[in-house]
Amino acid sequence: MRKENRWKDAGAEEMKDKKERETIHRQGMPEQDPKLRTRNFDEVPLGYTEEMAVAEAKRCIQCKKPLCIGGCPVDVDIPGFIKLIAEGNFSGAARRLKETNCLPAVCGRVCPQEDQCEKICILGRKGEPVAVGRLERFAADYERESGNITVPEIARSTGKKVAVVGAGPAGLTIAGDLVKLGHEVTIFEALHKAGGVLVYGIPEFRLPKKIVEAEVDYLKKLGVKIITNTVIGRLKTVDELFEEGFGAVFLGVGAGAPVFMHIPGENLSGIYSANEYLTRSNLMKAYRFPEYDTPIVRGKNVAVIGGGNVAMDSVRTALRLGAENAYIIYRRTEVEMPARIEEVHHAGQEGVQFKLLTNPVEYIGDKDGWVKEMKCLRMELGEPDESGRRRPVPIKDSEFVMDVDTVVVAVGTMANPIIPATTPGLETNRWGHVTVKDENCETSRRGVYAGGDIVTGSATVILAMGAGRKAARAIDEYLKS
Amino acid sequence: MRNAAVFFHFTFFILKFNIYINKFLCALCELCSERLRGDFALNKITEKFYLSENVVRMVLEAPEIAKKRKAGQFVVIMTDEKGERIPLTIADSDVEKGTITIIFQIVGKTTTCLAALNAGDNISGVQGPLGNPTEIDNFGTVVCVGGGVGVGVVYPIAVSLRKAGNRVVSIIGARNRDLLILKDEMKNTSDELIVTTDDGSYGFHGFVSGALQDMIDSDEKIDRIFAIGPVPMMQAICDVTRPYKIKTIVSLNPIMVDATGMCGACRVSVKGETKFACVDGPEFDGHEVDFNLLASRLRMYLNEERESMERCRCGRDER
Repeated sequence: MRKENRWKDAGAEEMKDKKERETIHRQGMPEQDPKLRTRNFDEVPLGYTEEMAVAEAKRCIQCKKPLCIGGCPVDVDIPGFIKLIAEGNFSGAARRLKETNCLPAVCGRVCPQEDQCEKICILGRKGEPVAVGRLERFAADYERESGNITVPEIARSTGKKVAVVGAGPAGLTIAGDLVKLGHEVTIFEALHKAGGVLVYGIPEFRLPKKIVEAEVDYLKKLGVKIITNTVIGRLKTVDELFEEGFGAVFLGVGAGAPVFMHIPGENLSGIYSANEYLTRSNLMKAYRFPEYDTPIVRGKNVAVIGGGNVAMDSVRTALRLGAENAYIIYRRTEVEMPARIEEVHHAGQEGVQFKLLTNPVEYIGDKDGWVKEMKCLRMELGEPDESGRRRPVPIKDSEFVMDVDTVVVAVGTMANPIIPATTPGLETNRWGHVTVKDENCETSRRGVYAGGDIVTGSATVILAMGAGRKAARAIDEYLKS
Repeated sequence: MRNAAVFFHFTFFILKFNIYINKFLCALCELCSERLRGDFALNKITEKFYLSENVVRMVLEAPEIAKKRKAGQFVVIMTDEKGERIPLTIADSDVEKGTITIIFQIVGKTTTCLAALNAGDNISGVQGPLGNPTEIDNFGTVVCVGGGVGVGVVYPIAVSLRKAGNRVVSIIGARNRDLLILKDEMKNTSDELIVTTDDGSYGFHGFVSGALQDMIDSDEKIDRIFAIGPVPMMQAICDVTRPYKIKTIVSLNPIMVDATGMCGACRVSVKGETKFACVDGPEFDGHEVDFNLLASRLRMYLNEERESMERCRCGRDER
């Protein structure tokens, strides 16, 4: 009798919980007003309040067999950390996140959750999925701002040394994983600051640099050594790293070379690669010129060529630098744009003008060699190409001219050849990307592993981190054997 | 005895107090307190002196770069956290002391601030060696042409060419006698040295290109020419050598940011193809270089450079 009652009570409570849960809607993200934010470089989304985070966390139904984890390249215990937030244990949630993800404040901001965990969240089938990314960001920010950052237990020293080339998402992840396993890890970074694309590529308004610094500091606390201003392949080769006593080398050097379209006039003054434009603004802080010494052209009519996240970052930077007209020039339609929906949406809100089905064919300069006009063709969509997207085809006699004084070419990147060119026996494919055995990121050279954009070509932060995670396991195995 | 002790303590106290006052004042100054923060691998300046009114020779601690560098390669330097990244050719190195030598002309804010530093000061970063080394071989007779601060760049190349067994003829020039640099060093590393000044205040009256033309006219066989200096000078040298089809190597110094092939700021047009000077160069066949493009791209930030200079407070260096 009593037993039955207890069952009944529990059932009733569960029903009540479920009812309550269903009445909560996905919590919106507070954002900086679009009119204000185009005049500053402060972060656009402001983050959840504690109340919002708890309310959102309560929406999670704590699936017995959670699908979301399978959608995460680094296997974050998503229901686990969300449960801790629902219970009000925010620091605990951050610790849970950090068990599998050493950069949660970054991932909570820049991961395309809508294509990963949130895409397969069971709640998404009928309504809106749990806002996993926003909750991740909340927990990580809470811990950082509380200043109460705990360092996990580090395994006993194995006496093995690992060299990580590149302090970007892949390199930082593998360094964190390997140092926790007791290996001695040294990261060699070519630039003067650690973070890779997180510091030179992604703008302040999307990922504040103090957050990257905090995550890098956390790794240093774990015992990772970071040496900047060191170009592997120039100052030292991969072989010399082995001679110095490193037992394994991980290459996470990114897809660092810009792609240009090779159309007439592309070298005129005022025409940038997205890499240069963003590096000047983000890494060198040219948006704060002349307080910082590196200049950047503050164009009035800025055209950004491309439809990816980098194009969105560039065009939104141009607006903040004072552009009167900031255009996205893309040869397909909005449907085919590779950028995250959120980014396209933000750009639109801020007043970016989308010139779709348009492709530049020539730049025209003034007498000083400065770009003043851009000749474009209108396109239409034809049959699908190998990427599955419909191929853009030029429309006959559709040529027209646009006035521009700054152009940013954001049509992709390729592999930087410095490492493959100086590492004998390291195999690459026809695009110059390092080839690896799928499962463990091992290259054709014994003891050399690779992951991130140098293997896959331009992709996302989280995929590079996933590769770092996989390679960490493989290197650990390799060093033990 | 006791008085002496008191006096000693008093003096010591005053001295110590002074140090604190200085430290306090120093902390107030935005230049040091803010700009020298951050986790940089600092490089110490061990020597500095002026080769001419506006050209400085500086020796920096950079042991690993010293070991690795070859003639023709360069470093990227950042004076402080808010500074610009600027490429400078490595003029010399000392493996035992673990130092590299750079020679630069004071042209803008960064070089002004760099020149204002002294031996014992630190700069926030040196990255290198970057770029491809000069192709060194025994070509026969080579002519090394250096104009202005370009002499500092051609000097290590001349040294390596001499070592490889070449007959090295050097032609160095400047606007006037006071601006000539490395005359003795170039003399020691060359079989023959010709000096020119634009105003005739020293040596041959005229441009380096004129001196080279005279040499060609005297029917001396030249196997290869290395010409480094301001863009108009390199262009003039290439115009002189083109009709005779003498291979002429130039070293280009466009604006760079990362200098590792990542940004494309330094793109130049060589034989109609776009190349990145930082990873494909900095040396190219001068007959194939589009110098006009190089010159116009170098002018891209003239206004900003002026604005930066106006704010710069480093110019008060006492010499």
